Amino acid sequence: MTVRPGTAERRPDGRRAAPRAAPRAARLSPWVALGTAGALLASMLTGLLVGAAEIPPGSVLLQLLDWLPRVEVDSGLDQGELGVLAELRLPRVLLAATVGGLLAIAGAGYQGVFRNPLADPYLLGAAAGAGLTTTAAIVFTRGDGEAFLIPASAFAGAVGGVMLAYTLGNTAGRGGGVATLVLAGVAVSSFLAAVQTFLQQLRVEELQRIYAWILGDVGGGWEQLALIAPYAAVSTVILLLHGRLLDVLSVGDDEAATLGLNAARVRLVVLFAASLATASAVAVSGLIGFVGIVVPHAVRRLAGGSYRVVLPLSLIGGGAFLVLADLIARTALAPAELPIGVVTAFVGAPFFVVVLRMTRRAEM
Amino acid sequence: MRPLSTALAGALFAALSLAGCGGQGTAPAPSGASAPPAAPAPSGASAPPAAPASPGAAGFPVTVEAGNGSVTVAARPERIVSLSPTATESLFAIGAGPQVVAVDDQSDHPAEAPKSDLSGFKPNVEAIIARKPDLVVLANDVDGVVADLGKVGVPVLLEPAATKIDEAYDQIADLGAATGNTAKAAEVVAGMRKRLGELAAAAPKDAKLTYYHELDSTPYTATSATFIGQVYALFGLTNIADKAPAAAGGYPKLAAEFVPKADPDLIFLADTKCCGQSKETVAKRPGWSGLSAVENDQVVPLDDDIASRWGPRVVDLAEQVATAVEKAAAG
Repeated sequence: MTVRPGTAERRPDGRRAAPRAAPRAARLSPWVALGTAGALLASMLTGLLVGAAEIPPGSVLLQLLDWLPRVEVDSGLDQGELGVLAELRLPRVLLAATVGGLLAIAGAGYQGVFRNPLADPYLLGAAAGAGLTTTAAIVFTRGDGEAFLIPASAFAGAVGGVMLAYTLGNTAGRGGGVATLVLAGVAVSSFLAAVQTFLQQLRVEELQRIYAWILGDVGGGWEQLALIAPYAAVSTVILLLHGRLLDVLSVGDDEAATLGLNAARVRLVVLFAASLATASAVAVSGLIGFVGIVVPHAVRRLAGGSYRVVLPLSLIGGGAFLVLADLIARTALAPAELPIGVVTAFVGAPFFVVVLRMTRRAEM
Repeated sequence: MRPLSTALAGALFAALSLAGCGGQGTAPAPSGASAPPAAPAPSGASAPPAAPASPGAAGFPVTVEAGNGSVTVAARPERIVSLSPTATESLFAIGAGPQVVAVDDQSDHPAEAPKSDLSGFKPNVEAIIARKPDLVVLANDVDGVVADLGKVGVPVLLEPAATKIDEAYDQIADLGAATGNTAKAAEVVAGMRKRLGELAAAAPKDAKLTYYHELDSTPYTATSATFIGQVYALFGLTNIADKAPAAAGGYPKLAAEFVPKADPDLIFLADTKCCGQSKETVAKRPGWSGLSAVENDQVVPLDDDIASRWGPRVVDLAEQVATAVEKAAAG
């Protein structure tokens, strides 16, 4: 089953899409791909070289060489510096890249399913669900075993919130309509947020911790990275395999059906994978906004609207974006840190405007 | 940020100056008329309530400069409602305990305080009025409670989180004047001054020790610009968090890698109750196991509540700090 690029596309509002300057490009320009991958590597390297513990960048580079298999170099780092690099900085950079990639690819998936440029990974209640369960975990326990408890509850809450919204939307709507699903997501999110606020009243003294979690943090360490690796891998692979089907879906349900595609089933699978990716990210980083909506759009502007391109590039670009945001969060007020959620919006919004102004390409 | 979290953030910032949270009291300093110190007394921390003076004692009406401006108390209050854990501790320490009819749900000290379901976080004006108070003490005015109580003619003292030790003394003096316990309040303040002075004088100043005060393991901390930071400053300690720029505020979240790199001589944990932190959990953190404070057993667990209030028990906190400093300097 193939779809010709540039198939006339019907917008959800029924208006014909304006004729575009360039047809939908399904082929990936090697320059854009190389540039995105280069941005990710460069931001990760910078993230390793820079930090509040002033370790000489030259020694860090030597140490990185030393870690390569079959290379023996003396970096001259003492035990403490080595610990900071290996136990704090390296996992932090990797976690930022993972979380950014997951949120961005999940956002692209959501936008494909809902055929709506404003869809983001938190649309169906993942954020509200995770917020509620994490608040409950903080309020009702005393921080023992937090390394596992908070990620586990956030993950369960994110998955539960989406399931609740999906079930509601499916029973209320007929035939799994997208609009009903969005409204169900709004209702579920509001309800769960209300319960969360109620729980916060029970333990006022924990407000600061709940608030800090909501604003996001990627300083989790190796355990957190290992914790989400399997879910991150599975969800990413499923999403990457569905690029072509999302392209078909974008022409509309009826048209997709004539091409022999079961739209409702594709939507369910993509929603499942995108929500799993979101839940994995939220579990270890809190509620970081803006990545899931901005990165896929920036990718569309730079590389065209085909999901076969948007999904993989969002994964890489989201990683680069969040590593960079975390770098700013760590250095702007060093040795103090800004919440990463503040940085993603503060830096992301102007960047997004620049991308919008520089390019006139496919929107959805 | 999403609308949900923005709304939440607004509500949270308002509540941050409550007990147990590292919030910043930005209210202007109450400049109460400090009574002249009376005869020195033993440490005023949790002194047993004295017998109440005869009702209608001289000195009323009295005007006190509190966080909400000049407050006039017409007669000696007999039905005080305290919605601030710190104020509750101070009231009982200065002998106003028998005049207190209800305290908020966070006021857990002293044990005989009449704890109720009243909230200091979201004060309910009607529930407060139902206690028929003739004086209400608050630590923050989130929902315009002061104005509402003013409408029904109840005098309210707003005593926000102190940012300096002198402010804490002023607040105790204010409470003394407003409740007709001026002499006892002066005694408590003099006792605190004396003890803190002794502890500071005995501190080994030439040891050049550095410290890190943990509010939670994120890691949130406090700089020297805060109330708790000034308590440590009495002992000539250097705060590792002071390297953070002023823009990060008095309670910055530090970079996780900064604390091991700074390698403070002393680590004080004010997150033992809230977050179950201890010497053992600190030693298990990535990059922290080799810290000199961990290896030399200079990780000091504090009581979260004592470390986040600005009442008479500051002396107890200072005693704990003094012991730790002495040990660190000797070691």
